[in-house]
Amino acid sequence: MRALLLAVIASFGLAACGEPDQVVVYKQGKYQGKPDARPWDNDPAVAELRGGKWNKGDRASWEEQIKNRQLAQHEHKRIYQ
Amino acid sequence: MARMKFLCDAERCIECNGCVTACKNENEVPWGVNRRRVVTINDGVVGAEKSISVACMHCSDAPCMAVCPVDCFYRTDDGVVLHDKDLCIGCGYCFYACPFGAPQFPQAGAFGLRGKMDKCTFCAGGPEADKSQAEFQKYGRNRLAEGKLPACAEMCSTKALLGGDGDVIADIYRERVLRRGRGSEVWGWGTAYGPGKPGAQPPQQPARKS
Repeated sequence: MRALLLAVIASFGLAACGEPDQVVVYKQGKYQGKPDARPWDNDPAVAELRGGKWNKGDRASWEEQIKNRQLAQHEHKRIYQ
Repeated sequence: MARMKFLCDAERCIECNGCVTACKNENEVPWGVNRRRVVTINDGVVGAEKSISVACMHCSDAPCMAVCPVDCFYRTDDGVVLHDKDLCIGCGYCFYACPFGAPQFPQAGAFGLRGKMDKCTFCAGGPEADKSQAEFQKYGRNRLAEGKLPACAEMCSTKALLGGDGDVIADIYRERVLRRGRGSEVWGWGTAYGPGKPGAQPPQQPARKS
């Protein structure tokens, strides 16, 4: 009887020593909000462009316009050397 | 394909806070919310003081996006991380997840009640009709839809803060580093010099003749 009691106590006491897997399986969520328009789908108003231009809906031409703006941040390209 | 990023050159930043002001003004950001701020280390120590302008870095694998319980974040085709304020519940998980402290929460009432999250949008607006009043009030100006870059980067007086396609601004930064011979330690060898050997060190500065 005593041995049985000790075995029960030991089983409860050692239960904390176990290493159950605690890693939560990550599940990638999906955007639930409203859809957003793409910048190149906008009508390029001439007044806003300061010389730049892209064709509405044409991503490549919009990226070219943005690239020109980016290169304006490079003073070695802007200033005569 | 463009992948929009910010890059701040710590050798050039003079802590003028022009980027912070430009952002506040352009997007009419409410009181108590700072989408961008300048962080300075070794403040006042001659020769060791460095400043860097920090905002949302538009991470390629954004932790805010991963932890959001209502999935209000999305990434645009050009790599800008944005969110839908109509969906945001203001829980603040994204604030704890973000290593840059980018998500901001305006005080929405008494007892510190938190409003909906607000953060840098790379001046790309949000999920409302482009250049509409609703978009401006919720997210600020949509400069990308106007063919422009973020106001902070374009207003930077020393051009320390670069904004745009990661490849293009890395090229600009690389040319600077090669010209002056230092600065690669901030953003790493790869950004400053292009693909190189891992653990490679920047070239030593030539000793000055006295």
